[in-house]
Amino acid sequence: MSLLEVDNLTQLFSGLCAVSELKLNIEERQLVGLIGPNGAGKTTVFNIVSGFYQPTRGQIRFQGRNLAGLKPHQVSALGITRTFQNIRLWKEMSVLDNILVAQHYHLGYGLGSLFFRTPRYLKREKDIRIRAFELLEIFKIDEFAEEKPTNLPYGMQRKVEIVRALSSGPKLLLLDEPAAGLQATDVNELITLIRWVFDQFDLSIWMIEHQMKVVMSLCSQISVIDFGKLIASGTPEEIQKNHAVIKAYLGDDQI
Amino acid sequence: MKRLSVPILLVILLSILMGLSYFEVIDLYIQTIILFMGINIITSTSLNLVNGNMGEFSCGHAGFIAVGAYVSSILSVALFTKSKVFGAPLLPPELAAYGFPFVLIVGGIASALTGLLIAIPSFRTRDDYLAIITIAANYIIITAIINIDKIGGARGFMGMKRVIFAMEKCAEIPWMILWVFLFTVLTVIIIRRYMTSTYGKGVEAIRQDEISAEIMGVNTNRIKLVTFMISSGLAGIAGGLYAHTIGYVNPKSFDLLKSTEALVMVYLGGMGSITGSILSAVIFTLMLELLRPLQIIKWVAIPLLLIIIMQFRPEGIMGHRELSDIFPKLKKFYKFK
Repeated sequence: MSLLEVDNLTQLFSGLCAVSELKLNIEERQLVGLIGPNGAGKTTVFNIVSGFYQPTRGQIRFQGRNLAGLKPHQVSALGITRTFQNIRLWKEMSVLDNILVAQHYHLGYGLGSLFFRTPRYLKREKDIRIRAFELLEIFKIDEFAEEKPTNLPYGMQRKVEIVRALSSGPKLLLLDEPAAGLQATDVNELITLIRWVFDQFDLSIWMIEHQMKVVMSLCSQISVIDFGKLIASGTPEEIQKNHAVIKAYLGDDQI
Repeated sequence: MKRLSVPILLVILLSILMGLSYFEVIDLYIQTIILFMGINIITSTSLNLVNGNMGEFSCGHAGFIAVGAYVSSILSVALFTKSKVFGAPLLPPELAAYGFPFVLIVGGIASALTGLLIAIPSFRTRDDYLAIITIAANYIIITAIINIDKIGGARGFMGMKRVIFAMEKCAEIPWMILWVFLFTVLTVIIIRRYMTSTYGKGVEAIRQDEISAEIMGVNTNRIKLVTFMISSGLAGIAGGLYAHTIGYVNPKSFDLLKSTEALVMVYLGGMGSITGSILSAVIFTLMLELLRPLQIIKWVAIPLLLIIIMQFRPEGIMGHRELSDIFPKLKKFYKFK
């Protein structure tokens, strides 16, 4: 059984076919990529997987469980979390609070124990705080715990967003263009970071990326979509030689 | 010492207020203003939860105040006093002093349920719709009360003073000062505890980016309902205290003007700031009394004030900060949880 099975996935936006009969699998402990020209429907695929859109047709199974009809927070509770193309941290909260709130689904106390500050509440709050600090420490950003994300450099914000996504202990991490807007030196750092996250945590990573350097050096498998259709999939070497992919990106060489 | 400083301060404040009222150093007029301050603190901090922390726009807070006021008034009058409408008291009037907090809480629960009823349809939509729906709800509640003749209709409902007298038979102390004080402190504790918990920080996350909150695992729909219910429930308690302070309730005193008052207090104090809301409730209550000679022109002056705030300091007095953020040294002296 694959970790994630996408089967015959179709998404129509009032006639516009954003994703068409997409079929792919992601195995456990795999680092895979999703690429395609602008407007190919990559982010739409992520939005469907994270439960933000309900697909028109087809289904997605995560660890054998059908995701149809689940709300985004339920999908995240099952173990799929993501980052966003344009960083979407909560800007007026401290970095620490960002990471705490991302564990919201796993709080494990009710309103009653919240208002009466029962031992259970205090213990759970302490637990998630410890976990948040552990994460901040291993990513070496604990010194910014009380800082607001907007005061941090862009590359650091990316890092915080990845930590936030990791804090609820996902099995599948979706990275939506993690290198977007980064400088060349930061991109190298990001590659090391993603590789490191993949080695350290027991999870699979699925990433959308435009910078070929990132995708080709990290992913073991790459899927290419164009106009919502899967046009190729394989190892980076295969993709680089694939005629359909070259055509999608550069146009037909007949012209 | 740090841990106890706030409770000690509160006990001292309560005893001073009770003492001054008991020995009639301050007259009934000043006592009433102090009571209104407490009630307004509950009103503004509870509305602040929805408008400030959650970033939604609820305009019909007075509707919930009305529900709480009527439910608790009817209950206390029926339970503890002999009235034309409900006949002989259902419980011995000596119990009034002990039963009163429960009556208030029942009023709060009734308000919270009304809030739930309004929140379910309105949170399916976004932004402005909540404003429209809450204004409508405000009118529906008022109109419903006007048309129930049994509880006085447009004439209003009275008899709550007799409940106070019943309490005073038990012990001759200024009961309302005690109750308003206790419930004001309770409200602030509830809101403070809610907003400092990770669960409550989800409310802030919703205001800052609802989509990413939902995707990061915050059950946004549920948390919005819960927050709205807490807010309207506390408004109901404010209503119950208001009704028993004045001794009678009239549907007209819970119209849109009352909701506007609550909004002015929230925006004056600063969105999302508990201390800001407390401060502005106190200032606003004093201002209303000082402007009383202006009579109807008061209602030109107060909206004008709102316009001036929005022009020159749109974030309000405190603006998403607490007193301890502005004066960090204060943290040395107290620990408030």
